[in-house]
Amino acid sequence: MASPSDIREKLRKKRRAFQETLVPTKHDDEQALVASASVSEEAPPATMEQEPQSSHEDPAETLRRSLKAQRQMRKKKLLEESPALRSPAEGVEDISKVAEDEGSTKRTAAGSLTGPKSRGPHQFERFVTRRLEEKLRAARSQGQSLQLQELGEVAVSRLQSLRDRHTLTRFHSEDQDGTFQVPQDISTRVTFQDAARLVGERERPTTVEAYNFFTSNFDPEPEERSESTSKTSVQKKSAESCDDSREEAEEGGEEEHEEHNEEAPLMQDEDGNVFVIQQTSKDFLETTKAEYIGLRALALRRGGLLYTPSSQRVPTSVKLPENVTPRYLEEEGFYVGQRPPVTSTNENILENRMLKMEEGLKWFGDDGRIIALPDPIKESSSRPPLFHVEEDLDPALQTVFKKPMKCGHTHQAYIAGAADCEGDYQLDVDVSGLIFSHHPLFSREHVQGARLAQLYDQYLDRQRNKLAEHLTDKLNGLRNTMRNMLEIHSEQSLSPAMQQRIVEYGVEIKNTRQLRDSEQEKDRALLKSLVKVWKEIKSLREFQKFTNTPYKLCLRRENVDRLTDEQEYEKEVLAEVWELEAEEDVDYQRKLAEYKKQLDQWKTWRRKQKSQKKQKKMKKKKKGQPQEETEEDENDPDANESDGAVDDGPPKPEPPEKLDFDAIEQQVREKASRIRRKPGEAILIPEMSASGKISAADLCPKGEMARREDVAKRCVFIKVLYNDKEVSQTNSRTLNSDFKVHFGQIFNLKIVNCPKSITLQVFEEVASSCSLLAQVYVPVPGSSVVAGSAPMEEFEFSSKQRVMFDHEGVGSDVPLSFVADGSNRVVLLTSGKVSCCVSWGVGEDDLPLAPPVSQILGSVLGGHPEAAAHIGPSGLADMKKIGEWAAQSRLDPNDPRNTSIMQLLKVASSGEVTAADYFRLEQLQEEFNFVSDEDLDRSRRFRLLVLRSQEVPEFRNYKCVPAQEREVTDKVFKEYEKRLKDGEIIDTKEHLDSHRALVAKYLQKIREAVIHRFLLAKHHYLLSDLVVEEEMPSIGILGLNLFHLAEPKRPLKPQRKERKKVTAQNLSDGDIKLLVNILRAYDIPVRRPPSSKAAQTSQGGMQAGDWLLGQVQVRPFVEVSFQRNVLQTTTADGPNPCWNEELQLPFSAPNGDYSIASLQSLKDEVFINVFDEVLHEIGVTDEEKGKSVHTRLEKHWLGSVKIPFSTIYSQCRIDGTFKVNTPAVLLGYSKERSHGNNGAYDNLRSLCEGAFITLFITIEPQLLPGESIREKIKELKLDSQEDEGLLQASERFERLAASEFPGRVCTTTVIDLNGKTVFISRYLRPLNPPQELLDAFPDNPAAAAAQVARFVSLIPSLPDRVSFAAICDLWSTCDQFLTLLAGDEEEHAVLLCNYFLFLGKKAWLIIGNAIPEGCSAYVLTQEESVYYMWNPSSGHYYGQYDTFCPLQAVGCLVSAGNVWLNIQEQVSPMRINFDVSRSHCWKPFFTGSFPHSSLTSVQPEQLVYRRSDRTTAVELQDRIERTLRDKIMSWRPHRPTRWNRHCTTALKHFLPSLELGGGGGRDAGEGHRHELQSMLGDNRISGFPLNMPFSEMAPIVEAVYSTGVHTTHSPNVEFALAVYVHPYPNNVLSVWVYLASLVRP
Amino acid sequence: MAASNPSVFLLSVNGQIEGADFPSYDNLYCKYCYVYGQDWIPTTGLEEGITQITCKGSQASHKLIWNFPLDVTFKSTNPSGWPQLVVSVYGPDVFGNDVVRGYGATHIPITPGQHTRTMAMFVPEPTWRLQKFTSWLMGRRPEYTDPKVVAQGEGREVTRVCSQGFVTVCFSIMMKDLKKLGYDSGPANPQSHAASSWSTEDQSNF
Repeated sequence: MASPSDIREKLRKKRRAFQETLVPTKHDDEQALVASASVSEEAPPATMEQEPQSSHEDPAETLRRSLKAQRQMRKKKLLEESPALRSPAEGVEDISKVAEDEGSTKRTAAGSLTGPKSRGPHQFERFVTRRLEEKLRAARSQGQSLQLQELGEVAVSRLQSLRDRHTLTRFHSEDQDGTFQVPQDISTRVTFQDAARLVGERERPTTVEAYNFFTSNFDPEPEERSESTSKTSVQKKSAESCDDSREEAEEGGEEEHEEHNEEAPLMQDEDGNVFVIQQTSKDFLETTKAEYIGLRALALRRGGLLYTPSSQRVPTSVKLPENVTPRYLEEEGFYVGQRPPVTSTNENILENRMLKMEEGLKWFGDDGRIIALPDPIKESSSRPPLFHVEEDLDPALQTVFKKPMKCGHTHQAYIAGAADCEGDYQLDVDVSGLIFSHHPLFSREHVQGARLAQLYDQYLDRQRNKLAEHLTDKLNGLRNTMRNMLEIHSEQSLSPAMQQRIVEYGVEIKNTRQLRDSEQEKDRALLKSLVKVWKEIKSLREFQKFTNTPYKLCLRRENVDRLTDEQEYEKEVLAEVWELEAEEDVDYQRKLAEYKKQLDQWKTWRRKQKSQKKQKKMKKKKKGQPQEETEEDENDPDANESDGAVDDGPPKPEPPEKLDFDAIEQQVREKASRIRRKPGEAILIPEMSASGKISAADLCPKGEMARREDVAKRCVFIKVLYNDKEVSQTNSRTLNSDFKVHFGQIFNLKIVNCPKSITLQVFEEVASSCSLLAQVYVPVPGSSVVAGSAPMEEFEFSSKQRVMFDHEGVGSDVPLSFVADGSNRVVLLTSGKVSCCVSWGVGEDDLPLAPPVSQILGSVLGGHPEAAAHIGPSGLADMKKIGEWAAQSRLDPNDPRNTSIMQLLKVASSGEVTAADYFRLEQLQEEFNFVSDEDLDRSRRFRLLVLRSQEVPEFRNYKCVPAQEREVTDKVFKEYEKRLKDGEIIDTKEHLDSHRALVAKYLQKIREAVIHRFLLAKHHYLLSDLVVEEEMPSIGILGLNLFHLAEPKRPLKPQRKERKKVTAQNLSDGDIKLLVNILRAYDIPVRRPPSSKAAQTSQGGMQAGDWLLGQVQVRPFVEVSFQRNVLQTTTADGPNPCWNEELQLPFSAPNGDYSIASLQSLKDEVFINVFDEVLHEIGVTDEEKGKSVHTRLEKHWLGSVKIPFSTIYSQCRIDGTFKVNTPAVLLGYSKERSHGNNGAYDNLRSLCEGAFITLFITIEPQLLPGESIREKIKELKLDSQEDEGLLQASERFERLAASEFPGRVCTTTVIDLNGKTVFISRYLRPLNPPQELLDAFPDNPAAAAAQVARFVSLIPSLPDRVSFAAICDLWSTCDQFLTLLAGDEEEHAVLLCNYFLFLGKKAWLIIGNAIPEGCSAYVLTQEESVYYMWNPSSGHYYGQYDTFCPLQAVGCLVSAGNVWLNIQEQVSPMRINFDVSRSHCWKPFFTGSFPHSSLTSVQPEQLVYRRSDRTTAVELQDRIERTLRDKIMSWRPHRPTRWNRHCTTALKHFLPSLELGGGGGRDAGEGHRHELQSMLGDNRISGFPLNMPFSEMAPIVEAVYSTGVHTTHSPNVEFALAVYVHPYPNNVLSVWVYLASLVRP
Repeated sequence: MAASNPSVFLLSVNGQIEGADFPSYDNLYCKYCYVYGQDWIPTTGLEEGITQITCKGSQASHKLIWNFPLDVTFKSTNPSGWPQLVVSVYGPDVFGNDVVRGYGATHIPITPGQHTRTMAMFVPEPTWRLQKFTSWLMGRRPEYTDPKVVAQGEGREVTRVCSQGFVTVCFSIMMKDLKKLGYDSGPANPQSHAASSWSTEDQSNF
C-alpha cells in the first residue's frame, strides 16, 4: 500500500476527476451511478487507516471500516481463485456470485464488528474523519427526505450527494439502516466489482426492498435488470447459507484490492466510454434509412473518376519518343550521380501515371528513366547547432533522447551477406602454446640453456640447409668445368668468346669460393660456440651444485679416413692456391699495363716540358719582338712550371709489386685451418636432448627455491583480440620449470566485421594481479588458408618490462654477467614465441567459411571515398598504394568528388613521379599565369591600376582607367615619372644650396615613410569610424541637459554650439565652405600725419581735416584669401575696429579627394590681411557747375595672419584673438598706444607688441577631424629602447590624465625620427647656442635671450608640417633639427628651452594648446618669480598675465628631470600657478615611489655650428630679389612696372640695421621715413619690410603677393624692392624683403 | 566611338525596390544609393533617392510595398568596382523618432535579364547594454557614419550588427559592349527567371 499522503493525494485527484465528469452529466442517472461506483473504490485505504479510532465513532462507519478490513484480508485468496475477475467485462454469473458473497459477508461482519486492525497516521485519520463527518451530516439530512421519496427519485438525490463526496453516500445509506438504496449502484453499466462492493457495504436489503428495487423503473437497459434480478435471487440464496461467509468475504476483499490496483486505468476508461456513448446515442446521431448502392453501380461510378496505375514495369520503348534508342550517359563517360532510392514499385506506379499525363514524356530522360537529380541528402548535417542558453527551446525543437538501440549491420566494415546468415564466416584461432626464450624468472642456467637451445636450433637449421656443402659442390663443379675447358682447348686456339667465358668462370669460382668460405666459417663458429655454451652450462651446474634445465648436449664423433681426408684437404688448398695465383696474375698484368701506360704519359710530358723549356729560352732571346700576346699566354704556365714542375705534372708511376706466391699459399693455409676442420680430425655432430634430470627442490639453495616457488605462482594466459576487441581468452596455465606453456585451444570466431587485425595478448598472472607482457600481431589469413591445412606458426614477442628479483631469477632488462668478475654484461629482455595458427573455418560442406576476397577489400576500401582513411598518411605519399587502392575500389573517374585523386593518379601513371626536393606553396601558380610576368610589367593599363591601388598621389583619384591597353598613353605616367626622376636630381633653383636640397630630399623620404605608416593605420578601423553612436550619457551630462532646459531661449551672449560632424567621404566640390568670422581688431597702426609739408598737401583734405580734429585716422578692412579666392569685409574706422562679419570662402579639395588623408595633407593657408583703405584725391575738375572730386581708393597693407587649413581642419574651429604680423616698419603708420616702461622686459615687450585681431574660423559643414588617426598611430605599438616599466608608467600617467582631465594635453613619450618611442624629458638638456649670439650681448642677458629666441624662430617651420604634426609627431633631436633646418613647434621649443637652460635660466617645456596651432609646445622661463612664455616659432614671449598670449591651455610641464601634469582646475596660463613644487597643483611623473631612473639625454653633449656663409647669403639675396621683381611684374600684366632705384638703394641700406636691431622698431621706421622723404621729395611712400625665415622661395613669393602691393592702380606708381638675407650660423637665414610703392603726385 | 571598337561598356539598370519584410516595424521608408568603383560613371538616372513611407498591408503577409522605380545607367571601363545598390531603411520608433531600421547592399546583377534580389537588412548594435537602453530611450540608435559602409568590406570587423528584415529589389539589366571588351559575364538567360511574385503573391493571398 502506498503511504498515507500518497493515498490522500490520490483521493483528491480522483475526486476532482469525478466532479469534472459528473458536472456535464448531471441529469443522467446511469452516468452518475457509474461514477459513484468507481469513487467508492477509493474509500478502502482511507477507511482502513481509520480503524484504530473506531471505538468512539459512528457505529455505521465502524461497521463499514471493519468490512473494508476484512476485504483487505481476503484479497489474496480471491486473486488466486479467480484471476479472470480482473476484467470488469466478466460474465454476469461472476457478478452475481460475488454479489452474493459480499452480501453474506456484510451480514457477518456487521454482527461481529471486529476486524483486523491496521495503523495509520493520526493526522490522516483525523482529516478523513472530519471530512466524513461533514459529509455524513449532509447525507443524513438528505437521507431523511429520501426516505419519503420514491425509489426512482432516490437515484437523483443520490447523484447529488455523490457529486460532493461519493464515498459518504454509502455511509449515509448505511446510517439510514434499512432504507434500501443499493439498486442504482447495480444498475446499467455497473461493473461487477462495483456492484459487489456496494452490495457488500450495505446492510442486506430485505427481500421486499430488493424486489422493489429490481422491479421498479430501471428503464434504459432491461438486460441488465434481468441480470440484477438474478443476482438478487442468488443473494437470497446465499443469505441462508452463511457458513463459509468468512471465506467469501475474503474473496470480496480480494476484488477490492484488484480494483485498487486498476483504479487509474479503469477510471479513465470508464469515463471515456461513458462520454462517447452518452453523446453519440442521445445527441448526435440521427438514424435514417440505410441507402444502398449496388456494387456494380459503385464500381461504375468510381471507374469514371479513378485511375489506378498499375505497378507493372513499363517497357522502355513506351517511355521514349518513337524510334529512339535509350542512351545511357554513364556509359558515355558522363558523371551520373547516384539516384535517390525509390522502390521499384513506386517508380513503376509513378511512371505509369506520368505516361497517362499530358506531356508525360518530358519527365523521362534519355535513358528512359525518370529524370532525377543525384541524391540530395547530405551525409553530414549542415544545420548549425542550436545554442539557446537563456530561453527555453520550443518544445518541438527539444532534443529527444532515445535509448541506444541495437541496429542492423549498417557499418561499412561489416561483411555484406553476413547479416543474412549469421556466422557464415568463421575464423579459427588456434593458440597452441608459448615458449619463453627469456623470462625474468630464468635462472642463470636457464639463460644459458636457452642460449644453447637457440644455438642448437640454428645448428639444426644450418644442417638442414647444408649451405656449405652445397657451395662446395658448386665450386667443385665449376672447377671441373674450367679444367675441362682448359684441357680440351689448347691455349693457343682459344677463341675470344671462350676466353671471355673462362674469365667469367674465374669470377664465378672466386665468388662461390668466398661464399663457401664464409659459410664454412659460420658453421665452425656455431659449432664452437655450441660447445662453449655447453661447457659453460656444465661448469655452472657444477658450481651451483644443482641442475635446473634438462638440456644435455652430446657430441658424436664421426671418424674419417685420415689419408683421403688429408689428400682432399691438400687438393683443396692447392686448387685454391692455384686459383688465387691465377687471379693475382691477372691482376698483376692489368696493373702492369696500367703502369706502362702511365709511364708513357709521364715520359711524353717530360719531353714536352723539356721542349718548352727550350722554347722559353728561345723566346727570351726573341724578346722585344711583337709577340706579346703569345708570350703572355705562355708566360703563366712557364712561370708555374719553373716553380712547381713536380706538382703539376703526372707523378712518376710506381711499378706494381711482383707476386709472392709463397705468401698466397701461406694465406690459404691459414684460412683453411681457421675455417675447416683439420684433416683427419673427427667430424663432431652435436646432439642435444632434454632428457637431463632437474634437481629436486629440496636439494637447492634458498635462492633457487624461492625462484622455483615464484615460478610456480605464475600463470600465463593469452587474450585473443579481433579488430581490437577482445573476443576470448585462453585458460591460464602455470609456468613450468622449462618455461613452456601449452594451451592447445582453438577459438572459432564467427565474424560479421571484416577482419582488420588479430592480436594475441600475453598476460602473466601473479596471484590475482595480471599484467600484459606483450602483444603479438597475427596476420589475417588469406581466404585459402583453411583450418586443418594451415601450419602452426611461431610469432616472436618481447616485452620491455623491467623486472628484478632478489632471488635466483635473473630478471628482465637487468644487466647480467656470467663471468665471475662481472664483466661482459648482457641485458636480457623478456621474450618468447607464441605458436598459433589462424585460419578460416571449414563448413559442413567442406567449403571454407571465408568471405570472398573482393568483399573484404570492397568493404574496407569501397565504402569510403576517403583514401586517407584507409591507406593512412604514409600510404598517401606512396603513389603506388593510392593507385592500387583506386583500382580496387573502382573509383568513378567522373565523380567530381574524386577529381583530386584521379588527377593525382594521372600524374602518377603518366610517368615517373619525381619527388620534388623543394616545397612549393602555390604549385599551380604557373599554370594560372595567363601572361608572362614581362608582359604584365609591360602593360600600361596594368601599371596604371597598380599605381592607383598603391595610392600613389598622382593616381590616387584617377577615374576611369581606360578599358583597352592602347588607350593608356604614356602621357599619363609622364608626371609621375618626372617626379620620380626629380627625386634624384637636386633642384638647385628652388633651394639655396645643395645642402638644403639634400635636406629637403631627406625630409621627403621621412614624409613618405610617415605617410606609408599612416596609410597602414588608415586601414585600421575603429568602431567610431564606422558607427555613429550616442555617447553614454553620464549623470553630469544629464544634469547639464536639465540645466539647459532652464536656459533662456535667446541668451544675450550666445555661445557657439557644437554642430553635427560630417564625414568627409561623401562630399563633393562646393559642399564645403570655409567660414571666417571677423569680429574686431585692436591696436591697428594709425596713419601718421605727414611730417613734411609736401606730404601733407599731397594727402587729401579729408585726412587733413581728421588730423585737425585730432583724430588719428585709419580705415581698416580685412581681406581673407584662401585658395586664391579673395573676400573682404567692409571698411571700419579707427584703430580698434569692429567688423563682426562673416565671410564664406568656397573650399575645394585637390583632385576632388575629400578623404581625411588628403584633407589633412592640404597645404593651403588662409591669409587674413588687414588693409587700410586710403582715399586719394586724384584731381579736382573745377568747372562751372561745381566741383567733382575724383578719388582713388588705395589699400595699404598693415599686417596679416596666416592660418594653415590643416590647423582649421584638425581643430574644427579657430576661435580667438591673434596677433597680426605687422611689419617692423610701416611707412606712414605708427602705433598709437604707448605704455609706461618699467623693467627691461617690458621694454622689449612693447617693441614686439602689435595689432590683434579676433577671429572665428570654421568649416561648414563640420568635417570629422583626423584626430582618430593620431590615436591609431598610438595604438600601433612602436618599438622602444625605453625600460618597459617606464613605458607602462607613462601609459598609466597618460591614461590618468586623459580620464581625469579630458582635453588636457599630456605627453610623456614621443616618437623620434627612427620611429622609436622615447621618454620626453630625454630631449631636454642644456645646449650651447651659437657663440655669435652670445657675443652680441655679453652683458645683457635679456637681450641675449631675445636674440636666441629669434635665432630659433628663424629656423623655418616644416613646410609640410601637416604630415608631421597632425599625423604623427616625430621629434627630432636638436642636432637633427639644426641639420634638417625644419621642424614643428616642438622642435623649436625644445631647442629654445635647451638654449635657455644653457643660459642659466629656469626653463620648462610647456605642452599645451595654443592658437592657432592647437596642440603645441611653448617654453616657460622664470625670472625672479615672474613667468614668461615663449612662442618658439615666432620668438615672441608673453608674460603670464598677458591677455593676448596665444597659449590657451597648459597641459603639462617638462623639465630634464620630470614631467608634471597640471592638476589645477584651470588651464589658462593666467589663472594657474606655475610652481611645480606644489603637489596640489602639479602631479609629477617621477615621485618618491617611482624615482627618476637617471635617463640619459638623447641630445648631443654639445652643438657644433657651421659658420655663417656670407657669400651664399648674398647669392640667395640676389636670387630672391630677381625672382620677386619678375613676379611682381608678372602680377601686373597690363600696367608698366617701374622700379625706383634711388628708393631701392635706400631701402637696401635700412635692412641690415633692421636685422641688427633685433626685428626693427618704431623709431627705425620713423628714421626710414624721414630718410626716404628727404631723398625722394614729395613722393607718397608706403611700404614695409617683411621678415621671414628662409626655407623655400615659394613662401616668400606668396607672402609678397598677399600684401597686395602690386595691386595699386595708380598710373604713376613706382616700386622699390630690396632684399636682404642675413646669415646666422648653421645656415639659418633671415630674409628681409623691403617693399615700397612710391606715387608721384 | 565606333561600335565595333568600344572603349567603354554601358550598364543599364531598371527595376524597383519592391518592398520589405520587417516583421516588427511599420511605417518605413528607404533610401538608396549606389556605390561603385573609380572607373564607373553614372550617365543618366537618379543616383540616389528616397521612397515614400509605407504602412503594412492588411493582407496576411504584412509586407511593406514601396514599388519604387530604379533607373540608372552606368558607363565604365573596368568591371572592378561593379556598382552596388545600398539601401537603408528608416522608420519611426515608439517615440516617433526616425531611426534606422536596416542597412543592406547588393551588387547589381552582372548578367543581363531579370533578377530579383532579397537583401538581408541589419543595423549596428550599441556597444553596451546600457547604451542600448539609452539609445532606445532617446531615439538615437547607432548608425553607420555612411550607409555606403555596408558596401565595402574594410573595417567591418569592428562592428556588431543585428539583423532586422529583408528588402526585395528586382532588376532588369541591360548591357552594351561588355563582351566586346573581352569580359564574359556568363550566359544571358532570359527564361531562367520567373517574374517576381512579390506583388502578385499578395493579391493571390488576398
